[in-house]
Amino acid sequence: MTNALLTGLLLGGMYALVAMGLTLQYGVARIMNLSYGEVLIAAAFAAHGLFTAWALSPLLGLAFVIPASFAVNYFFYRFLLLPLVRRARTRDALEVDSILATFGLMFIVQGVMLTIFGGAYYSYSFFAIPIEMFGAQMAANRILAFAVAMVIGLALYLGLTRTRIGTAIRAVAVDPISAQLVAIDVQRTSALAFALGGALVAVAGVLVSMFLTFSATSGVIFTMKALIIVVMGGVGNLLGCLVAGLLLGLSESFVATYVDPGLTLAVNYAVFLAVLLVKPAGFFGRAQR
Amino acid sequence: MTISMTRRGVALLAASVALLIATPVLAQNSIKFGYAISRTGPNVGGAAVTTIPNYDLWVKEVNAAGGLKIGDKRLPIEVVHYDDRSNAEEAVRAIERLINQDKVDFILPPWGTGLNLAVGPVLNKAGYPHLAATAVTDRAPELAKRWPNSFWMLGASSDAARTLVELLVKLRSEGKIGDTVAMVSVADGFGIDLSAAARPALTQAKFKLAYDKTYPVGTQDLAPIVNEAKALNPDVFIAFSYPPDTLGITEQSRIAGFNPKVFYTGVGTAFPLYKQRFGANADGVLGIGGWSGDSPAIKDYLARHKAANDGKEPDRWASAVTYASLQMLQQSIERVGKVDRAAVIKELQTGTFDTVIGQVKLQNNMPTRYWWVGQWQNGEFYGVAPTANDGAKAVAVPKPGWKAP
Repeated sequence: MTNALLTGLLLGGMYALVAMGLTLQYGVARIMNLSYGEVLIAAAFAAHGLFTAWALSPLLGLAFVIPASFAVNYFFYRFLLLPLVRRARTRDALEVDSILATFGLMFIVQGVMLTIFGGAYYSYSFFAIPIEMFGAQMAANRILAFAVAMVIGLALYLGLTRTRIGTAIRAVAVDPISAQLVAIDVQRTSALAFALGGALVAVAGVLVSMFLTFSATSGVIFTMKALIIVVMGGVGNLLGCLVAGLLLGLSESFVATYVDPGLTLAVNYAVFLAVLLVKPAGFFGRAQR
Repeated sequence: MTISMTRRGVALLAASVALLIATPVLAQNSIKFGYAISRTGPNVGGAAVTTIPNYDLWVKEVNAAGGLKIGDKRLPIEVVHYDDRSNAEEAVRAIERLINQDKVDFILPPWGTGLNLAVGPVLNKAGYPHLAATAVTDRAPELAKRWPNSFWMLGASSDAARTLVELLVKLRSEGKIGDTVAMVSVADGFGIDLSAAARPALTQAKFKLAYDKTYPVGTQDLAPIVNEAKALNPDVFIAFSYPPDTLGITEQSRIAGFNPKVFYTGVGTAFPLYKQRFGANADGVLGIGGWSGDSPAIKDYLARHKAANDGKEPDRWASAVTYASLQMLQQSIERVGKVDRAAVIKELQTGTFDTVIGQVKLQNNMPTRYWWVGQWQNGEFYGVAPTANDGAKAVAVPKPGWKAP
């Protein structure tokens, strides 16, 4: 029981962490970013490279990876996506355009990674020591990832609710047209949210690389999972993201322990469907229109 | 009207005769090899470790020696290759293009069971030898009959499971293990085939199958599985897993302190990545595949592979078999002495070949000897079963305890 609970929490924390960036990108900047998982894998490669070449701990590696990903994603938004934003008449049109554009971007990022790293699996061992918690053995690196997810979730929540720029971001998420009426620069705020999302997914990539085996082509799994969580939690809602992530992690772990590990995927989608049936806009989403 | 028709007909006829004559008259000054391989998509992981480095290595070595020896001269190898994007239709299209447009002399196979099955009929119809070096299928004997040009170098998956069970029976009779087994498998081709073969074999051998579960491909947390298996305290743990899960299960077992007497994991155990990741903790782990790690030919192959691939090591199973299949193809072509694909196929069926995996003589288009179970011992993944194989190492049981990394 403790085992299943703890494992589920750790897994759920990781899911929430992976999805947080997407909720900012999709919820605020309204970019349905299909290259999201590729950015995560790129960060994982960066962490792997820093660790194997210079024995730099992934945690210190974050100091390089976060700003780099922020900059790269800002660049993506500014030069690739902004023209689409300007051209789009409605938010729905932007969503469709952004899906197509980031679908292409996905292949470019993946192609670049395949050229540099090849298709082989990558994996390294960092902080993989067992820690006893309530009589169960847990991996220290997973606990660390969970803790970071919680800290980031909290910091982001405070940042979004207690600061001026955070309020602006939320305003854009709720209604970009009205936000302009109160002198919010919607495009700049969106760019910021998109880049912030990129920085978050980079953190997720670095942490995930500590315990998962990855290859240049494994990004899509993360995009899918993040998408489910974001939609389930309510688009653009951080708390929803956290709750949905934990729910998925716990349900997977309990089903694997008490029913059958073969059903985890089925349960994922069952929970997803059930939430959508009861609350079509997700846990904390407001129904639109 | 009639005249013009005839004229056109004559012209056409002349042109085709000219073409027909020209082709053999043009002295061949290279031999064209073609292949389609997964450079993108889900198969990349396997192709990049097992197949591509060996193709590159072989071509480089043959050309460095002046080329293939055809009659009394040497012809360099020219290569045309495509990306099959891990997609069966794409692979078939690429092979057809190689045959019809590029007119290559020989075709090397793609990576993986699925793609080899997909291109099998095309290669058979066009009469190209098909040395499927990375396909494991229970239908190999049947396929070899249906497509006489096809050679199934890795054998049948059910043999892998049966050989493992035979090894367990032997260990039990020696009193080294008890009879409780926990088995997990990935719910995909490989895992389904092997667990389906292992299940009856284990029960028949009177083992107690205490845990027998599958998990979906891409499962990211294997802790619940390992914890459940650990709680049952089995003597034997078997995971018919894919590379990411193989690493995940091993890592999780170490963390949970799950250390059964026999610890077996699936695809990926023989990868250099496994040793690199777990270091001394790999010691004692059993897995699918293996090679005669002490044979001079293998040691030499390992060194050449590393030298040609920036120090990257090959995997300890299908890599050497892939390279051996290229050597067999080379020897067949050289013995036939010309690009006569039917004769090359015949030579492959009947000849005896010196390769890095020893002397190979095929029976019914399949080798007679395979490594099915290997074990990491002092940093090398040795073949331990079938125990009757030349160079089989004694299996070390019980597995030593996990060390802190």
